[in-house]
Amino acid sequence: MEISNRELKIIQTSAELTFNDKLGTWKARWGINRMNFKVEPGLYSVGKPDSNSPVLVSANYKMSFDSLRKELMEVNAWILVLDTKGVNVWCAAGKGTFGTQELLNRMAIVQLEKVVSHRTVIVPQLGAPGISAHEVTKFSGFKVVYGPVRAKDLQEFLKSGMKATSEMRRVKFTAYDRLVLTPIELVGTSKVSLMIFGVLFLLNLLGLGPFGIVDFYAYIGAVIIGCVLTPVLLPWIPGSPFAWKGWLLGFIWAVTVNILNGWNGWTAVPQYSILRALGYIFIMPPVSAYLAMNFTGSSTFTSFSGVLKEMRKAVPAIIISIVLGIVLILVDSFIKL
Amino acid sequence: MKNRYLKNVATLKLNSDQCRGCGRCLEVCPHNVFIIEDRKSVILDKDRCMECGACVKNCPFNAIEVKPGVGCAYAIIMGWLTGTEPSCDCSGGSGDSCC
Repeated sequence: MEISNRELKIIQTSAELTFNDKLGTWKARWGINRMNFKVEPGLYSVGKPDSNSPVLVSANYKMSFDSLRKELMEVNAWILVLDTKGVNVWCAAGKGTFGTQELLNRMAIVQLEKVVSHRTVIVPQLGAPGISAHEVTKFSGFKVVYGPVRAKDLQEFLKSGMKATSEMRRVKFTAYDRLVLTPIELVGTSKVSLMIFGVLFLLNLLGLGPFGIVDFYAYIGAVIIGCVLTPVLLPWIPGSPFAWKGWLLGFIWAVTVNILNGWNGWTAVPQYSILRALGYIFIMPPVSAYLAMNFTGSSTFTSFSGVLKEMRKAVPAIIISIVLGIVLILVDSFIKL
Repeated sequence: MKNRYLKNVATLKLNSDQCRGCGRCLEVCPHNVFIIEDRKSVILDKDRCMECGACVKNCPFNAIEVKPGVGCAYAIIMGWLTGTEPSCDCSGGSGDSCC
């Protein structure tokens, strides 16, 4: 039987990120071209690797790939990029696309056994939900070593003979980590927000308003609280359900808006009344609560069971409160007709 | 400041009869849930578990059980609306928010 000799295909890359790479990351953070921010799956070389160099496994989301290679200054290594459909390592591992099957397939496609003489692949720890290390070994002979959570610890990990400290194994979620995730949350709400503004405009045309600058900034404030402020202040806000945290800040905001606009009629916003003020109290906090609740998906520590438990109470409460608030404001508008 | 989530909800279970104390679960767990005591793994703090399933997948002796799932409200809402299992389908081209 003849064994076909396929050519080895190795793509060269570097630890240096160009301006375009960085721009791409920034754009992805803002949701621009995020679903198509990919690199080609396959075997890459960084520096001048040889048959003894380590093999680092990554995903084909370009932000994942870039954040790995930028930590490889002066390192000679292979990067094996799996086809995760442009999704990052952790999320793809959860979905199973960064998985045992894909790793085995990709190693076979690039003929890894011909490229390196050792039999070890370094998989990022956050890939573990998709990879069964012992099965990879069973089917390929390659041993899986789990690398550190953060790529920036890789050099130290490699120097210490592939030993990760327990610090390297912990997922953190610092205020900065949370902050960089907030633009995408804001962008995600923009479509719905535009629809809401459209409806308010129509109500104005029908004479059921007036909805004006107060409603605008009250709403924008509630959105920013849910999408940015609550995520950033997350561990400092009392309570543990995300929806509750968002509701609490949203409530403070709604009260603030009402005070600013003459809860007792001491400022010059003529259409302001007690019904409208109550309406804000019923609408703004749940808007923040809902958006804060959605941040569970971006967080690094919420469980499915926990989110489900929180939602079973929060979702009905949010809906009831918003409906009540809308009714109050519409009643207020009708009274003034 | 530590990030903590709801208590007493995680579905994580460890069957110590099957555990051989290899320590793989300690290695893959991102939240330091396990600890080795008397050559066996024990659950140190279940409330830190985010049900990612890394330990289950990497336990060579099938000693760990968890109902893995995405801790993402948006995914759960989509699951309710479409009548499917919640999945992290941010990449599907249809979803434009989330992870």
